[in-house]
Amino acid sequence: MAFAAFGTSAAPVEQAPRRKSRIALLLLAPGLAYLALFFLTPLVSLVMTSFQAPVEFGDVGQYQPAFKVENYAIVVEAYWPHFLRAFGYAIAATVFALLISYPLAYFIGVKARRWPLLQALMLVLVIAPFFISFLLRTLAWKALMSDESGIVVFLKSLSIIPEDGHLTGTAFSVIFGLTYNFIPFMTLPIYTTLERLDTRYLEAGSDLYASPASTFWRVTVPLSLPGVVSGTLLTFIPASGDYINASASFLGSAQTQMVGNAIEANFISLLNYPEAAALSVILMGVILLLVALYVRRTGTEDLL
Amino acid sequence: MAGGAFAEAGADLELVGIHKRFPGFTAIDDLDLRIPAGSFFALLGPSGCGKTTTLRLVAGLEQPTSGRILIGGKDVTDVKSFKRPVNTVFQSYALFPHMTVLENVAFGLRRRGISDATAKAHEALRLVELDHLATRKPQQLSGGQQQRVALARAVVNRPALLLLDEPLGALDLKLRRQMQLELKSIQTEVGLTFLHVTHDQEEAMTMADTVAVMNKGQIEQMGAPEELYELPRTAFVANFLGQSNLFTGRVTSSTGSSIVVETGGTKLEVPKERAQRHTGEVTIGVRPEKLMLHTSPPKKAAGVNVLGPGRVTDVSFSGVSTQYQIAIPGVGLVTVFAQNMVFGPVVNLGAEAWVAWTVDHGFGLVDEPEHAPRFAADTDTATIAVQTRHELLAEIEES
Amino acid sequence: MKLSLGKWLLPLYSVLALIFLLVPIVYTFVFSFNDSVKSNIVWVGFTFDKWANVCDAQGLCAAFATSILVGVVATVIATVLGTLMAIALARFRFRGRSAISLLLFLPMATPEVVLGAGLAAQFLSAGIPKGLGTIIIAHALFCLSFVVVTVKARVASLDPALEEAGRDLYGSPFQVFLRVTLPLLLPGITAAALLSFALSFDDFIITRFNNGGVETLPVFIYTAAARGVPAEANVIASAVFLLALVLVVVQQLTSASRRKRLAKLG
Repeated sequence: MAFAAFGTSAAPVEQAPRRKSRIALLLLAPGLAYLALFFLTPLVSLVMTSFQAPVEFGDVGQYQPAFKVENYAIVVEAYWPHFLRAFGYAIAATVFALLISYPLAYFIGVKARRWPLLQALMLVLVIAPFFISFLLRTLAWKALMSDESGIVVFLKSLSIIPEDGHLTGTAFSVIFGLTYNFIPFMTLPIYTTLERLDTRYLEAGSDLYASPASTFWRVTVPLSLPGVVSGTLLTFIPASGDYINASASFLGSAQTQMVGNAIEANFISLLNYPEAAALSVILMGVILLLVALYVRRTGTEDLL
Repeated sequence: MAGGAFAEAGADLELVGIHKRFPGFTAIDDLDLRIPAGSFFALLGPSGCGKTTTLRLVAGLEQPTSGRILIGGKDVTDVKSFKRPVNTVFQSYALFPHMTVLENVAFGLRRRGISDATAKAHEALRLVELDHLATRKPQQLSGGQQQRVALARAVVNRPALLLLDEPLGALDLKLRRQMQLELKSIQTEVGLTFLHVTHDQEEAMTMADTVAVMNKGQIEQMGAPEELYELPRTAFVANFLGQSNLFTGRVTSSTGSSIVVETGGTKLEVPKERAQRHTGEVTIGVRPEKLMLHTSPPKKAAGVNVLGPGRVTDVSFSGVSTQYQIAIPGVGLVTVFAQNMVFGPVVNLGAEAWVAWTVDHGFGLVDEPEHAPRFAADTDTATIAVQTRHELLAEIEES
Repeated sequence: MKLSLGKWLLPLYSVLALIFLLVPIVYTFVFSFNDSVKSNIVWVGFTFDKWANVCDAQGLCAAFATSILVGVVATVIATVLGTLMAIALARFRFRGRSAISLLLFLPMATPEVVLGAGLAAQFLSAGIPKGLGTIIIAHALFCLSFVVVTVKARVASLDPALEEAGRDLYGSPFQVFLRVTLPLLLPGITAAALLSFALSFDDFIITRFNNGGVETLPVFIYTAAARGVPAEANVIASAVFLLALVLVVVQQLTSASRRKRLAKLG
């Protein structure tokens, strides 16, 4: 799924046909065991927890195995705005990230091909944000968008923001933060696909009377679609589960809470494990649906 | 190019004073060329001679450093490629992988807003007998089929000028022969002007009305295939087009109609009208198939040159003919192609032999042959790039 | 030569986009020199103090050390397990290949809250006390898939002819693996290890669910965010950033100079 964008971008060499071997199972065993123990079991555990009921006369945080399906109904009724916001913000962030990243990826991957050093430098700058803690990045934006910051004061003086308005704690700031943090995730897969784009197709388009704009929409964009899809999934999925940006300590407020915030609150503060689990299962369910659709179209070979 | 109008017939192409410089080297050096409308023109030359660059200049995919390009009398030098009435059949076909065969063929028509694009695309596919594969994607077709789709995609636009960039390179021999005949018939049927770029001299000679041999960014000689073959002007043309036996010597005397050149102790006669230079050191030559092989000293006759005796150093059977190499002291190696009229070689390895040819078959060149290395240097940019890449990868692997 | 606006639009946009990406980094760096007392939001004055006395901030250096420790251990686990899996996936056929690919993909697709909550629920019901150990386990888990992806890509770009040559030259399968395959894979494995460490070092959400009071650097920053992150945290973050930047730039320059040297020879 073009995750290789984060690693090497070496072109695959035609491989000898894969050998059928028992060594393979030996190599896989430790990793599989690890995954089974610490990924599958927790997920199962999560589902089971979501059905738990509180222990009668027990303390806060004490639950027993049960089949309390109502947990899901409770959770949906209480938190449907959170779900809406989570997916809404995530979609918005994905769209903005796409609009911002595509031209950047195009420039680095297609136009800058003649200067590999420049390409390398620009790619380093694209991933540079990863080298600084994303909490600090988000806090930096919070400071820059806070009421005391020079920028906000300036915008207020131009009446772009009303005197008593805030930038932070709004849907705008949350979406802004999400978009910013995921631009590299969107740029790299699109860059990888565009980097491999054979410019001879563009020449053929031009030879066949397509104007530059026409060639772009009819040849470049369709051929870059795999990268766009990768980037979209890489952005939307984590963004919908994010809770940092929407947290009141960062760019959000009580009015911008997403599903992630609800899960965190229930699990860590309220110790309401079943509800937290139910929320997680629903979130995971939606994500799995998207992944299933993706896998159905492109198969599992390309996933890794 | 007015949207909607097909060219009624092919147009002239004129290149005037074209220079093309890339950083580090000159690809084309003062090129003047005129291709009349409706002709099949071949641009022939080794890798790196500038022929593909010339093609790209005409297509508008590159800009000349200086000079002008005229199509049908109109100056198109500053016209962008998507506005020129020119279509290209690319060496790599460049069929859009995300579109079906039909959509590929209809692409140019749709961009120009031609009505009935789909119907016309089907018609073009029928011309190359691939209509039944119209809904397939290019990746599902064989190399030969892809090549025909690429041809249909270009031809359907009835361009004033059709450019072919070594389109038959990836095909196997039989298919290539087939496509050569098809291309020629389509060209005459539709009446377009074809500019075909190739390094395969046999292909150029069979298909083209006019052939231009290019070397190091310039045209060395241009004319009908027979003319180029039987009367080469330069050593490059003599060696690139077919094979030649070349002899360098001093002009010792001349008559009214011919010059006499002395080489290795023998006097050889060449008609003046077939010799570019008549005095000093000249290189003359004769084609291997024009030579007659003798196993005993031939009688002296007027109008016949004789070389020998020499020793047969190589006998190579190649089906239609047998190639003999004779080492003649003072002269060097002489190659003879003899049609296999009988079974078996006419002379054996090591035997003594003489070669003779009609004086009228000889030719005189304007220059001398360069010393040719055993393996021709790969000097074209693509090969250099590939070699550099391999070296880089090797270094990365070992580190 | 005509200079049309259109030609410069895209490069200009790209430069602006990159500047935009760098804004928080520059901000963080600048404010690491802020002579702040508690909260680091308002600029007070320029000082090198914070750089000189980084560990004055309570708990910061301990958190930093913890992050390093967790990162190293989790990376080792994930890299070893992941490399073995990658080789198996890239080179061998076996039943359940697609299922395993899917299984490896899922942790990357699962939102961090879900992973974190799931692991926490698991540890809870198994009665395992949360602490350094659970953090490391959690980190190794989500790094595993990324290691597999990175190494698998490297294996795929390995010319099988090299290993065949090793066998042709009398190497046993184990020797070929040790002397041909592994060295050739080393760049990919290194890249995977670095990626894994980076992911672990910056992880917050999963850590928060499973740390049981142990503070890694991100956890420290999060808890401090409410009352004010000390400028010393900016110092550490900036130092890490500069180090990473230098490493990457050096790597790029050496490969570029290698290319230049080859071009001169050729």
